[in-house]
Amino acid sequence: MAKHSEIKLIGTPASPFVNRVQFALNLKSINYEDIEENLACKSELLLASNPVYKKVPVLLHADKPPICESQIIIDYLDEMKPDLYQLLPPVSLDRANCRFWATYIDTKFYPLYDELRRTTNKAGKEAIKEQMIESTQLLEEAFIKSSNGKTYFGGDEVRYLDVVLGCFIRWIKYSDELHDFNTFDEVRIPKLAKWAKKVSSHEALKSVTPGTETLANIFGLLNVYRPPYDQ
Amino acid sequence: MGGSEVVLLDFWPSMFGMRVRIALAEKGIEYEYKEQDLANKRALLYEMNPVHKKIPVLIHKGKPINDSGIIIQYIDETWNKKPQLMPSDPYVRAQARFWGDYVDKKVYVASKKTWALKGEEQEKGKKEFIEILKVLEGQIGDKPYFLGESFGYVDIALVTFYSWFHTCETLGNCNIEKECPKLIAWAKRCMQRESVSKTLPDSKKIYEFCIEMKNQFDF
Repeated sequence: MAKHSEIKLIGTPASPFVNRVQFALNLKSINYEDIEENLACKSELLLASNPVYKKVPVLLHADKPPICESQIIIDYLDEMKPDLYQLLPPVSLDRANCRFWATYIDTKFYPLYDELRRTTNKAGKEAIKEQMIESTQLLEEAFIKSSNGKTYFGGDEVRYLDVVLGCFIRWIKYSDELHDFNTFDEVRIPKLAKWAKKVSSHEALKSVTPGTETLANIFGLLNVYRPPYDQ
Repeated sequence: MGGSEVVLLDFWPSMFGMRVRIALAEKGIEYEYKEQDLANKRALLYEMNPVHKKIPVLIHKGKPINDSGIIIQYIDETWNKKPQLMPSDPYVRAQARFWGDYVDKKVYVASKKTWALKGEEQEKGKKEFIEILKVLEGQIGDKPYFLGESFGYVDIALVTFYSWFHTCETLGNCNIEKECPKLIAWAKRCMQRESVSKTLPDSKKIYEFCIEMKNQFDF
């Protein structure tokens, strides 16, 4: 008999943005049902649920219209059940800081990995790696300020920025192997490197982290739908 | 040394800066406005926004907050009094954030194409811009404001572009009112609010600024 959950998540195992929402749902101990999407052939459900962007993840909560965009979904989960594990901090200024870095991660840091994949010439690749180094330096500093000497961005426990950045670690490691790079270098960014190891092994994330084969498939798909730039 | 509790680093023609000015006006918050010369960025801006070096930046009791969408949410939470700019229901808040994000991702880039580009690229940009405005118009529908009866977050995010419409229409050779009459009706409704009418610069001034910028930077 199919499990009936009030919350359904349209997604795909390889998407770090989907993993992000799953990580959050797991931390909050919210039961949910995964609806797996084939990104090469998008379903009517996805197209109807996210007509604007046609992307995963999409959260379906009971009979409410769908909620799209992973950061917005997490905000919603926090506000919907304030008694459950809160991801955003209680103080407004700290919340603004979290949102700032989340935007930075999604719009400036993570897109570098797709750029790297699509750039074919050596000089171009080196230039992007330089940007990655600069970017992770900023994130190292942000981590130091946010963690206040503790294990996670959120302090003793995994919170918002741990989720927002943590979901990318497996994807980044896969990309690093392909492009002879080490994003979470222990010499360059010791604190962030330690954090990456710790958060990757957190049960709430580990249980939804995709395997190598899944990642290989999605990278293959990306190379078809968003192919490398011409030389 | 006296210092204002609330300081805004801004640039008068910026639609993003205007958003913050509207939010502050809605809440009746007094603040010190500091015009930034973007061609000659000053130390204070670099110190307060070292990552992006962009305006607007709100400085509250010495602490900076960046990104207009984030600033508006911060203002609403910190000055937790009427009018509320964000909806109270979590589900409607998610909708507000989604459409605010849509405006951020789509409207600025598309509007710029109408006045910064030429020829076929401009034509394509213009089409894209009108399509995006039509999506937003569709969302407003017959409601007075974007999400219903109350003026709020998404209205603020979008209405500041209204001051640039004359520029887009003149340089892009299009008629936004003809294509999106309900959107213009909504914008005019927003303009009846003092916070909006006193914030948005005169459309002609924006146009003159845009022409000058194009000449200087050779668009």
